[in-house]
Amino acid sequence: MSLFNHTLTELHDLLHKKEVSIPDLVDESYKRISEVEDKVKAFITLDEENARKQAEALQAKVGTDEAKGLLFGMPIGIKDNIVTKGLRTTSGSQILNNFDPIYDATVMNKLHEAQAITIGKLNMDEFAMGSSTENSSYQKTANPWDLSRVPGGSSGGSAAAVAAGEVPFSLGSDTGGSIRQPAAFCGVVGLKPTYGRVSRFGLIAFASSLDQIGPITRNVEDNARLLEAISGLDPMDATSANVPVDTYSGALTGDIKGLRIAVPKEYLGEGVSEDVRQSVLDALKVLEGLGATWEEVSLPHSKYGLATYYLLSSSEASSNLARFDGIRYGYRTENAENLIDLYKKTRAEGFGDEVKRRIMLGTFALSSGYYDAYYKKAQQVRTLIKKDFEDVFENYDVIIGPTTPTPAFKIGENIDDPLTMYANDILTIPVNLAGVPGISVPCGFSGGMPLGLQIIGKHFDEKTVYRTAYAYEQATNFHQQKPSL
Amino acid sequence: MSRISEEQVRHVAHLARLAITDEEVETFTAQLDSIIQFAEQLNELDTTGVKPTSHVLDMKNVLREDKSEPGLPREEVLKNAPDHEDGQIRVPAIIE
Repeated sequence: MSLFNHTLTELHDLLHKKEVSIPDLVDESYKRISEVEDKVKAFITLDEENARKQAEALQAKVGTDEAKGLLFGMPIGIKDNIVTKGLRTTSGSQILNNFDPIYDATVMNKLHEAQAITIGKLNMDEFAMGSSTENSSYQKTANPWDLSRVPGGSSGGSAAAVAAGEVPFSLGSDTGGSIRQPAAFCGVVGLKPTYGRVSRFGLIAFASSLDQIGPITRNVEDNARLLEAISGLDPMDATSANVPVDTYSGALTGDIKGLRIAVPKEYLGEGVSEDVRQSVLDALKVLEGLGATWEEVSLPHSKYGLATYYLLSSSEASSNLARFDGIRYGYRTENAENLIDLYKKTRAEGFGDEVKRRIMLGTFALSSGYYDAYYKKAQQVRTLIKKDFEDVFENYDVIIGPTTPTPAFKIGENIDDPLTMYANDILTIPVNLAGVPGISVPCGFSGGMPLGLQIIGKHFDEKTVYRTAYAYEQATNFHQQKPSL
Repeated sequence: MSRISEEQVRHVAHLARLAITDEEVETFTAQLDSIIQFAEQLNELDTTGVKPTSHVLDMKNVLREDKSEPGLPREEVLKNAPDHEDGQIRVPAIIE
């Protein structure tokens, strides 16, 4: 049995009882990587030498005062848009092929403080733009449950590595569903925190008003504990919230008696496959059995989420990605005639098609004469979408629906059709627009592929999200099933 | 009616500082046109008087103490620069 079938608290106990050593844990990671990575292709860069060195050094601290906290000595994988000092960070792009960050993201500082060990950097759609990880300029990651299918995206490497047992936990980032959708496709647990809960300092920006870093794990308990470790106010991110960090793990009681669940009819309607719909209805029965009640509600502006999202996120991206100019860092073209030519060729050669498409869409939406019709309009609709959630949360504790309309699709199936690819995120996008937290937990299978249940909470009420997710998880066994790789 | 012309796509590519081939102009025009057409469904909604949301949390003017901190060391900053000389980043001539 893999050591990584244990929960974080179990591994912690094994370490302190000296039944398992930190080098054992790191070895488990790299051993598994050497067994399956040629099929899964979840990692862009490994940090084996450093990780093994760190494991030896930390092992010497076991039993001393310095061995503090649950994450002490735990191996973790990091999405490649989170900057890691001295460890190549590409964001899935050729334009950052040789980028060697000179500082650590705040979440990395927190993980270092907790004495966790970085195993490597995980594959993703270029600049997190995509829903299948096929837009990575390095490699296509495969879904561990069926290697001919996508792992989802953009945090496809982060979800696939956890599902394949290469690492027990990872960090991803979620702008329109990029943690929850791959977690659903790979049968693992992924949470997008409330906007502002986790510092974005050192997260390579895609859409700054939507991006959040969050944990991907094999179970809800580990997820809650990892969020506790990475959350909090950060002077380096002015949008991080001055709201105390809850003890999320304290909410894992299994008790959800009296919980009021809202189920938006828009989340079980057109485009949602029958198996997905049924898995959610079955989950609601389980929750009812635990003492919760549910009612159908409406989030009337849901259908406008996708258009709103693509206008806003692409506009923000066009501005954020202006920094990649070939001057201070990253790739620079070799045959430029003048400065403007250098910018243009550097960017044309360094960015992939999806990134160019979104930069162009965003530049258009922000350009003179179109700003009010597209960008401002989308910002106004965002207000309506946010209000939909506020209205429902006046009477309910959580909102529940599927994470994705279908299970994982085949590699190559949607790559030539941007709009069909975008439609994958139709159930996750409104959550980012409203800024509320959402989790995906395994809730069944369709044709052998995992399905995800999405549980959405109020701003900064991750506690209730975790409480619900944990109660559901403990009453089912979907999270215990592993792909046979 | 098409929402965006090839000429506009060339203009947008210039604004975005992206070199673009004739073939790409054709592909991007078609793709952007269908995405923009899709986005125009927002016009079904009357948003008169609705305040735009640029940020979901109720916070503004986050200030910190105006205190100087040491900057990044020069060698570190130059480590990732594609071209540098004598401690400075080199770029093509800007003035003719």
